[in-house]
Parts: sequence; C-alpha cells; structure tokens
Amino acid sequence: MSCGRMEKQMMPYVDGRLKVSERREVETHLATCPACRVRVTEFRAVSGLLDELPQIEPSGAFDARVRARVAAEPVKQSWWAVFAPSPRAAFAASMLLLATIWIGSRPGNVNTNNVGSNGTAAQAIDPNDLPVLENYDILANFEPLTELPQPVQSDEPDDSDSNQSM
Amino acid sequence: MARSDVQLMLDVKAGDEQSFALLLQRYRSPLVNFLYRMVRNREQAEDLAQEVFIRVYRARAEYVPSAKFTTWLFRIATNLALNSLRDTRHQRMEMSLDAPVSADAEDGDERTLDVADKHPDIEQHLVEEARKGMIRHAIDKLPEKQRAAVLLHKYQELDYGEIAKILACSESALKSLLFRAYETLRVELAPLVSGAK
Repeated sequence: MSCGRMEKQMMPYVDGRLKVSERREVETHLATCPACRVRVTEFRAVSGLLDELPQIEPSGAFDARVRARVAAEPVKQSWWAVFAPSPRAAFAASMLLLATIWIGSRPGNVNTNNVGSNGTAAQAIDPNDLPVLENYDILANFEPLTELPQPVQSDEPDDSDSNQSM
Repeated sequence: MARSDVQLMLDVKAGDEQSFALLLQRYRSPLVNFLYRMVRNREQAEDLAQEVFIRVYRARAEYVPSAKFTTWLFRIATNLALNSLRDTRHQRMEMSLDAPVSADAEDGDERTLDVADKHPDIEQHLVEEARKGMIRHAIDKLPEKQRAAVLLHKYQELDYGEIAKILACSESALKSLLFRAYETLRVELAPLVSGAK
C-alpha cells in the first residue's frame, strides 16, 4: 500500500472500522512508513482533543417553542379527507342508505311505472289492496252520489284542519 | 421496548402527536449541539434546530422509510446550517474583525475573561478555557463541508455511508474529506497534539 492510498484508509483505521484484511494491509504499511505512523498517532490525539469539548443543553424554552410552532402548523389534509365525513355523518348516511334499501326491497312496494309492456297496472297491484279497490268501484258506480251537486270551489284556503287542531 | 426512529416517524405520519414529542426528546440535544458547533451561535442554533423539527413534521405525510431517520434528519440540519453560514458570512466577517479578546464560553456567549472570577483555581480554569477555545477555533477554521463531516463523524458517531448521504458525496470522497480535515486540525492543534501524544 502507498501513502496516497493510506489517505482514504487512515480515518477508518483510527476509528477501528476497517475489515480485518484491510486493517492488516494498513498495519503492514505502517510498519514500514514512519510518516504515516506519526500521522495515525496524531490523528488519534486530535480525536481525543475533540472529546474535550463539552455538550450544551438546549434552553428550557426550546421544546415549548417547537410545540408552539407545531401547533400553529395548518392541518394538512389529503384530498381524500374531503370525502371523509365525521362519524355522525357517516352513521346518518349509512342509516339512510339502509332505510332506502329496506323500503325498496319491500314486496308491497311495486312501482307501476316499471310494469312491463305485457302487463297491466292491475297486475302490478298488490292483492292486499283489493278491498280498497272494491270499495272504490262501488263508490264510483253508486248512482245516488252522481246526483249530488258539485262542491263549490273556494278561493280562500280551507283552514278547517287548522281550526280543528286548535 | 423503545420504538425505533422509523416506527416513531410512521406513527407521526399516522397522526400520533405523542410520537413526534418522543422524536423531539430523542434528538433535541444532538441537533442543537451539531448546529451550535456549525454556526457558533446558540440562539441561531436553536432556531435552526426548531426549523429542522418543523420540516420533519411538515414532511410527515410524505415520509417513506427509505433511509435511516438520522440520515434524513441530519441532512436537513446540515443543509440549513450550510445555508445559514452562507447567508451570514458577511456579517460574521464584520463581527470577527470587531470581536474583543475573549474566552469563547461553551454556553454560546462571548464571555470576557474576568480575573476576579471566583473559581477555586483560576489559573487552571484559564488554561482549560484557552485550550477549549483553541480546539473550537481550529474546528471553526475548517471549510464548512469538512467541519460538517468532522462533527457528524466525531459527535454523532454516524457511519461513513450515512455521512456520505448527508453530505451528498461518495464514501471515498468523504474519507478524503475527513483526512484533509484531520490534517488541518493536526497542524492547527500542534501544541496540544504534541502534549497529548
């Protein structure tokens, strides 16, 4: 090994961070090179001198200042967070969704608009509603009722319901 | 068992503020010391250390543990220190020309020597302070990148690979950098080195 190559091996050697094979190579060179030997000794001495400098302690207010600056940082939200509702809103939305699904899946709730071209509105009517329809047929064809005068249309809103409730 | 730095940082990323407090507690002193030795001004060192922590906090959402946490932390610190030194170079030159003869106290204040100091052994104290001042002065005289390399190597005990990443150079270049820095220190501190051998 040359003195030039020693340049890159010297600090790792002083630190004791060389591999065994590299350390042996350095020591072989040092055995024959007084200049590098002196340098290694003096590098160790410099390293020891650097140990003499004491540590300083951060001031008492340091942590508080960092915490204050952290607290003053704007809350950073990803764009996904815009869609992330609060737990209450999420619960309410879930309930609304469940209610919609439940109402939509009830057997009695058939939309007559969805009746196919081959079907009729009557086919779409629930059998449970038949008594009502029967009553409707009776009333629609009840002759005495046709003789009754037509109700007079009033411009004033009918507030009878509100009067009753009072 | 203590959580690793990376785990703490991942917890901060997940929104755990307490983990950030633990990182602050773990690295406040090493960072302030490193920055103080880089910029030689306590107040400025603390301001820079605060800035390092704030940058870490701001980057939490994008944090990916691709390297050691200390590499990332000290890379931010080194860049801030080097930028600060560059920005205040002119100011420091003016101050050094006007500086009174003083002992450079480790608390960061330039404290003039006071012979009436109530130290039990004033002579010994003065010798020690002069010795420390000489060591500090020798470090200060190093070029900034060499100084950063020496401080990270000596006081943070980071391995060569980490320091090379922090200083954005190869390991081979770092070893040459350290060799040149120690050569300069060896010459600057020759009176102390000969006594220490």
